[in-house]
Amino acid sequence: MVQPLNQLKESASQTAGPYVHIGLTPNFAEIGGVYSEDLGTSMVNDKTKGERITIVGRVLDGTGTPLRDALIEIWQADADGLHNSPSEMRGSADANFTGWGRCPTDMDNGEFRFETIKPGRVPFKDGRKQAPHITFWVVARGINIGLHTRMYFGDEEKANGEDPVLARVEHRVRVATLIAPREGSTYRFDIHLQGEKETIFFDI
Amino acid sequence: MSDSQISNRKPETGAFFQRDREWHPQAYTPWYKTSVLRSPQKALLSLDGSLSEITGPVFGHNILGELDNDLITNFAKPGEMAIGPRIIVYGRVLDERGKGVPGALLEFWQANAGGRYRHRKEGYVAPLDPNFGGCGRTITDEDGNYSFRTIQPGPYPWPNGVNDWRPAHIHFSLFGHGFAQRLITQMYFEGDPLIWKCPIVKTINDKAAIDGLTAALDMNATIPMDSRAYKFDMVLRGRRSTLFENRMDGN
Repeated sequence: MVQPLNQLKESASQTAGPYVHIGLTPNFAEIGGVYSEDLGTSMVNDKTKGERITIVGRVLDGTGTPLRDALIEIWQADADGLHNSPSEMRGSADANFTGWGRCPTDMDNGEFRFETIKPGRVPFKDGRKQAPHITFWVVARGINIGLHTRMYFGDEEKANGEDPVLARVEHRVRVATLIAPREGSTYRFDIHLQGEKETIFFDI
Repeated sequence: MSDSQISNRKPETGAFFQRDREWHPQAYTPWYKTSVLRSPQKALLSLDGSLSEITGPVFGHNILGELDNDLITNFAKPGEMAIGPRIIVYGRVLDERGKGVPGALLEFWQANAGGRYRHRKEGYVAPLDPNFGGCGRTITDEDGNYSFRTIQPGPYPWPNGVNDWRPAHIHFSLFGHGFAQRLITQMYFEGDPLIWKCPIVKTINDKAAIDGLTAALDMNATIPMDSRAYKFDMVLRGRRSTLFENRMDGN
């Protein structure tokens, strides 16, 4: 026998279910008067530094049908590559930027939309610069444990080419699933849960 | 958001313990039918937490309203209350090292006493309770403690098998201190015979993991002649020590 490590096991995940909006975006679920505003609705204000962008997209199942009951959260650095988090040790992030947003997919057309800023570059563990990216987390009915992915920017070809995470993707044809094309100030990022165009999901 | 409740504590900068994905439910669990078309078929790409994932949002008490942790009254008309068995749910949020997680935002949602959710897409015949909304939230204290008051939700039929019923449950969403700790789960109630029949519960293979989602009745925390109490502790991922990677931050 050896000494016990006395570590606990993480609580097991369960699906968020079809009514996730009741808890996380009650105003969207037409439950008014409990919270003044749904958390994560606005990430920027008029003092936020950086280039304003819009991200729109859908989450599609194995038949290509958009999920109309998913909920997306995003987490990203500010324009200088700093996170608005107590674990950020490199400096103070832009106080006018939350870095975190939450949006349910539309109950009719399945679209999500974030008004945010383009993030700066964040170093990888070994000091190499990562390309600008946004971390996505997707939950829904039928998803037993939240799915993490990343969105990279279609107009950052050079930075994407040197990104240490993208460089790890063995099947190069799949890299494109993480890169959102730009049109004006809007990036479109569709997330495919399953099948030929399946988005790369991470175990982080 | 920037007024962190944990500002007096040493910030933690280590990566998280690897998730045990055999302990968690698998993505593809065909007895829970919706998972069939919503589960990735390719392997996840492993990524030891970079700054983008070991950081995460932390929420201050300024986001909370006075009744956010009282579902009996937070949607009720003045002077009225939700109908159903009155309970207190309390416990701690810990990490895998057994340390309390302070400043963790918990959000919870549930059906009413009859198993009816207040949601546009829900058509179960059991009626809505005009005084029950079904959502609440709170933030853990310095030691990771939380509590809220609600009514015990009823079981609920759902179109999976021809006669499937969810056990009574409360959904929980948790933020730790890093985005990689993000977790959504469900709390079940001690002694409910529906737990072991439920296809969603059975997406989890390990009985010990299911027991870990089952709240215990705690008669020592009840309020006599008022409310019973259920204790529900939750565990978020632990953080690796940075002992030798960076002595300045070592713990």
